[in-house]
Amino acid sequence: MTSPIIDLADVTVRYGANGTLALSSTDLRIEQGEFVALVGPSGCGKSTILKLVAGLLQPSSGGLIVAGRESPAGAVRIGLAFQNPTMMPWLNIRDNVMMPLKIVQPYRQDYAKKKRGEYAERAEALLAQVGLAGMGDKRPWQLSGGMLQRASLCRALIHEPQLLLLDEPFGALDSFTREELWALTQQLWLDKKPTVLLVTHDLREAAYLATRICVMTSRPGRILEDRAVDFPRPRTLEMSYAPEFASLVQGLRMRIAEARTAPVALVPTRPEKVAA
Amino acid sequence: MNPAMSPRLRQQLLSLSALVGFFVLWEMACIASGVSDLILPRPSQIAHVLYDKMPLMWPHAVQTLNTTLIGFGLGVLIGILLGLLIGSSRTAYDVAYPLLVGFSSIPKVAVVPIFVVWFGSGTVPAILTSMVISIFPVVVNVATGLANTEPELEDVLKVLGARKRDILWNVALPRALPYLFASLKIAITLAFVGTVLAETVASNKGIGNLMMIASGNFDVPMVFAGLVILAVLGVILYAISSWVEQRMTGWAQRKNDLAMG
Repeated sequence: MTSPIIDLADVTVRYGANGTLALSSTDLRIEQGEFVALVGPSGCGKSTILKLVAGLLQPSSGGLIVAGRESPAGAVRIGLAFQNPTMMPWLNIRDNVMMPLKIVQPYRQDYAKKKRGEYAERAEALLAQVGLAGMGDKRPWQLSGGMLQRASLCRALIHEPQLLLLDEPFGALDSFTREELWALTQQLWLDKKPTVLLVTHDLREAAYLATRICVMTSRPGRILEDRAVDFPRPRTLEMSYAPEFASLVQGLRMRIAEARTAPVALVPTRPEKVAA
Repeated sequence: MNPAMSPRLRQQLLSLSALVGFFVLWEMACIASGVSDLILPRPSQIAHVLYDKMPLMWPHAVQTLNTTLIGFGLGVLIGILLGLLIGSSRTAYDVAYPLLVGFSSIPKVAVVPIFVVWFGSGTVPAILTSMVISIFPVVVNVATGLANTEPELEDVLKVLGARKRDILWNVALPRALPYLFASLKIAITLAFVGTVLAETVASNKGIGNLMMIASGNFDVPMVFAGLVILAVLGVILYAISSWVEQRMTGWAQRKNDLAMG
């Protein structure tokens, strides 16, 4: 077997001066090309794992390896989308989408040369793919929340990342838009097969999109259950109402309910006993 | 009201009539009360002086304008550099902020005598005063703008492996631009104050100096004519910086064209 693209070994994360334990001795291995969903009660450290993998956060202890390197920055091309679209208000949508090409190698060196030609076309093509054809010249404030979230997905994808990190990207959207974007995300994943780490609290979303679902306990978080999802692809919304789909979602829901009610027994040590 | 008139035009007409009304009222009040022109000259007298003495006053106006612009330019340049330095890190911001507030709360009139001691009276103290006075709003605003960058916007770039310079250039600076331009409008007005102040105290040229001499000669209409020139110059400079602000940071003031979207 090849070495995993993401390998968290016994990782612990503490926040702030008093050392609030956000993540306690977590192990997580993700293989190239997997679509992993992290689900769990709020505040369980889902986003913490995502930030670790993105290199925005250092583990307090334990080992973190992304694509064979200890610091994720520069190890792989990473695409990131948050719950907020986080568009730069001073740029139009096309320039926002093209931002990764301006920063990431090998695109960076040609940016000045290709930003009006090849790169702009690429951004427009991607925008068209998510239903935003001709919106490139608009400013972020002229678009609705759902449209901005699509643009944000485009920005996460334009540099063809090997690793796509999604932090509740559809959390703030209405359910119609959300389901539409599920289908879109699945298609994009099937096309390019990046490794995806999706943080969500929507269990149907996780079951629809993921190849694997990891259920986390509440704070301090750790992974409680790791379950493969082998529904055939491409999955459809109709399938999400099938009995086996519903029973998977129901099963996950029960696990999370457990995680919420009985977290105390899972805490290994009191925080102050562990050196920060 | 005429419905065909656009709200913008109507607003401009109202502003204009308020301005004209102010002078008419002033004129009439002077005539009605019979107040001496040694106390309060009528607007028509001031206009007359302006027309008659313009060849005399013009070089002074140019002098004041140049001094202000040079002082303002230097002040903004130094202000931006200091602001970048202070705003670039949280620690620098926390350390330098009290110092900055301390310095900026010194009344700038108090520094004019020091400049006169150092450089003698003339144009130099005036330039320095207007420079010193315009530095602080710029520093404070640029530093605040940089320090207030949304961390999520930075994260988007950090994940891509962006260098510190990339983040400064692509996120922090554009984010700080509206703050900078807001401060320019304040700074240009203050620079003007600084110049006139220094000219009044220690110079032999400029509108400030002209007004000092005129008031010494009890030529009150001339003093008021100086005031009018200052007001006009001030309004023009403010309008220019306001226009530049609109051009550069339209994205931060989008209320007015929201309907276009």
